[in-house]
Amino acid sequence: MSATAGSERARTDLTDIVEGSELPSLSVRLTRTDLIRYAGASGDFNPIHWNDRVAESVELPGVVAHGMLTMALGGRLVTEWLGDPGAVLSYQARFTRPVPVPDVVDGVDDPTLGAVLELTGTVKSISVADDGARTARVDISAKFDGKAVLGRAAAVVRLPA
Amino acid sequence: MVDESYVGRTLPPSPPYQVGRERIREFATAVGERSPLCHDVAAARAAGYPDLVAPPSFPVVFTMPRIELFLRDPGFGWRFEGTVHGDQKIEFQRPIHAGDELVTVVRVDGLRTRAGTHMLTLHCAVSTIDGEPVCATEALLLSQEDAG
Repeated sequence: MSATAGSERARTDLTDIVEGSELPSLSVRLTRTDLIRYAGASGDFNPIHWNDRVAESVELPGVVAHGMLTMALGGRLVTEWLGDPGAVLSYQARFTRPVPVPDVVDGVDDPTLGAVLELTGTVKSISVADDGARTARVDISAKFDGKAVLGRAAAVVRLPA
Repeated sequence: MVDESYVGRTLPPSPPYQVGRERIREFATAVGERSPLCHDVAAARAAGYPDLVAPPSFPVVFTMPRIELFLRDPGFGWRFEGTVHGDQKIEFQRPIHAGDELVTVVRVDGLRTRAGTHMLTLHCAVSTIDGEPVCATEALLLSQEDAG
């Protein structure tokens, strides 16, 4: 998995977060190798994520990424911003559009081809509890080919004191 | 034919799933999560966690097998092949970390059928073997109604 825009992202000063703050964006290229690695790590061996014939038999354009992998990348957008994967209190998403991950271009094998996902996020609201603890709701967008692949994707996170 | 009498039922608890350090590292690597808290025990402890922290979508690792077990139960009558994941919610009472021994309890929350498609909502309550609640998930799953 190669993250281009995201790899050199500087840590945001989290005390400056306000409603409307944008998270550093993340651009990730997913290849077949990434899908197979995720299948192994997650235990989701549904063949539509590694076998073109099975994917095409259920009217997909070919092998597609796991919805939960796309959701996990949206999670990464948030956890890399916070620097703490344990700060996520809740996270939800709808899988609105499949992400095809091809390995052939013009009839020629190219296992590095894959698909590029663009992930962005915005702080929608900030809440302060009686004890001063701050939480933020972050709306997440994941796009492939300019079109949203996650719907109503949002996380509630604990902000550092 | 899907048996609608399952709606509202709570299924038997899973055997305990032991969250291992290497599984957290492998899962984090697979989603590109490079936080030291997922890979380096000393860093996780320095940040106040007892051990490596799991990325937020990690609960799929142990909840999905319980869901699949139920969906493949011939008594329920779901067509597992071609099942599509429609949406997913996860709520944490606390982060999952290496060393946790977690029990998953699946509850059948809802079933609707529209235009030949079944839409099933399954809730998973995840707690430690000592009964401490850790997280809850909700999945919407879709499958075609049997023609017959």
